[in-house]
Amino acid sequence: MRPVYAISGGVSKFAKTRPDKTFQAVIKEAYDYAINDLGLDFETFTRLVDGSVASYFSDHFSRQLMAGIMAQDYLGLCPKPGHRVEGGGATGGLCFQEAWKSVASGHMDICVAYGFETMSHVETWKGNEFIALASDISFDYPVGGFYSGYYAMMVTRHMKEFGTTVEQMAHVSVKNHINAYYNPYSQKRNRYTVQDVRNAPMVAWPLTRLDICVMSDGAAATILVSEEGLKKLEAAGAKVTRPLVRVTGIGRGTDAMRMADRPHFDYDTFMGDYATEQEKSSDETRAYYKRLWDHGTRYPGVHSFRAGRTAGNMAWKHAGISDPLNELDFVELHDAYTSSEIQTYEDLGLCRYGEGGEFAASGKAFMPGIDYGLDLPEKSACAVNPSGGLIACGHPVGATGLMQAVFAIWQLQGTVKKHFNDDRLQVRDAKRGAIHSHAGTGTYVTVSVMEREG
Amino acid sequence: MSTLPSKREETLGGYIVHGIPFPVDTDPDSLAFLKKMAPILIEQEYKITYLHSYAQDSPWFAGLANRHLLASQRPDGGYTYANPRGHDMYTGEETRWIDITDVPAHVHAFTVCYFGSEEFLPETPFVLALIEFEGVDTLLLTRLMGVDPAVPSLDWIGMQVEPHFIRNSKLKPTDVYFSPKE
Repeated sequence: MRPVYAISGGVSKFAKTRPDKTFQAVIKEAYDYAINDLGLDFETFTRLVDGSVASYFSDHFSRQLMAGIMAQDYLGLCPKPGHRVEGGGATGGLCFQEAWKSVASGHMDICVAYGFETMSHVETWKGNEFIALASDISFDYPVGGFYSGYYAMMVTRHMKEFGTTVEQMAHVSVKNHINAYYNPYSQKRNRYTVQDVRNAPMVAWPLTRLDICVMSDGAAATILVSEEGLKKLEAAGAKVTRPLVRVTGIGRGTDAMRMADRPHFDYDTFMGDYATEQEKSSDETRAYYKRLWDHGTRYPGVHSFRAGRTAGNMAWKHAGISDPLNELDFVELHDAYTSSEIQTYEDLGLCRYGEGGEFAASGKAFMPGIDYGLDLPEKSACAVNPSGGLIACGHPVGATGLMQAVFAIWQLQGTVKKHFNDDRLQVRDAKRGAIHSHAGTGTYVTVSVMEREG
Repeated sequence: MSTLPSKREETLGGYIVHGIPFPVDTDPDSLAFLKKMAPILIEQEYKITYLHSYAQDSPWFAGLANRHLLASQRPDGGYTYANPRGHDMYTGEETRWIDITDVPAHVHAFTVCYFGSEEFLPETPFVLALIEFEGVDTLLLTRLMGVDPAVPSLDWIGMQVEPHFIRNSKLKPTDVYFSPKE
């Protein structure tokens, strides 16, 4: 595989509803931004780009099959190659990785990944019904198909097994909402307290409305290139930001659609097949896990995402990372729920299984220099969701994973101030970051690592 | 008395409108003004009936209709799935049916849904639970009855439960539900 660079990106404003434009025109907002940020005009980029990958989750939301080709057409990309990817909430992350494959394999020199979702065409509870169709329609959906309910069941198990508290979960909501306060692309720009989160209407116990992301309309696009592609663009006048941002790690994992079907592995299987290299190499951590298993913990059960751990381990190995917490400057992860951010801290090895709640309230995942109104015992170690994440930015499903990629590119380019008109969310001297995209109740998960060169 | 919500719920529906505002003349100024026009929103209905087959899983539903809870087991008597599954995910072998109606069971995880997907909104609040059966390797998603949804508690996890079957089968997984064991 040859080197792949993520050189530019664009995000439309995420909003509850965008009746002003068709989905193609919303995608074009993000697409044009990415082209303009290279200093190129539409026609020049169209001439040079080799093809595309389209990302959108649900045909139900737009009641339109083959929406991808309609976007390809609108963007002027016909007859260049293109295809649609779909993998639930991980659609955007899969799209990014498919574009990476196109370039890394030598099939393309310049590939654009674009994604969208228009969730506003149906009412919220019908939208929840559509999303719940991403659970087994014979066995799960008819029992009371509702993703917030599925995640809430995981939470109660996590709380029972590890002592995780609702206040720890609320710390995630406070962090991500206040981060988003400084992000002009985000759908929700509010300052909340732990009490606000707990006082919000209860949706599925113990998750309140402020523990849960919202539905959105929006789009995002990223441009990935090979060294040859970079030369072609620069020869045509592109002003590509230096230092370059290179994609250095790709990982994916999967798990059973019905979370009830997931295994409950013993200690030896966990340590042999799923523990991170860091966990395997620490006597203290092995003893810690032995104690958990002695008290009845099994893996992954419904409290953890085996797909996320698999994707993380694969990406870390690819990128040469052995200590994610200290070797990553930030992570943009799929926080559809505050609880799933906590579960993902553990899956990605930012902390050990069972310690995600404590990690959430420790301060390690917060941005330095921002007043959260919280008493945080520790300093920032690795900012998680400096953009505000799904909870506050919004979650137009097919765009979400690509939105993470765009924000990661800007972090690593050091251009957050240019794009946000505010540098409070710029991670200082960011050299390496990860994006994490997650589907269903943890069915498809992708992790991609990006690094600043030089 | 509880306080009314601060916002009225948004719903679709309304009057049929004939006649849409549009410039009388399509002169350049009028056409340019159309760029400032608010979008037209229309309702589109989409309704369809599927003929869905439970295929190799059909005996599980037939079992519920006859007050039996079946499970799938590897032929060697090993790995057992609480949900029906035609083939074992580890060996690829075809599974056999076993009856777990009377197998001791307890709550593994649960939630109370105060909201839900549109189809289930009228049933809120309802309790979803994952049930763990003795000697069975995977869980079963079901409704939990006989508990107070106003006072959920982590103590519900581990609670012994037993299955109940509705008398008039709907051939859905909700033909079985669980409640605390008496």
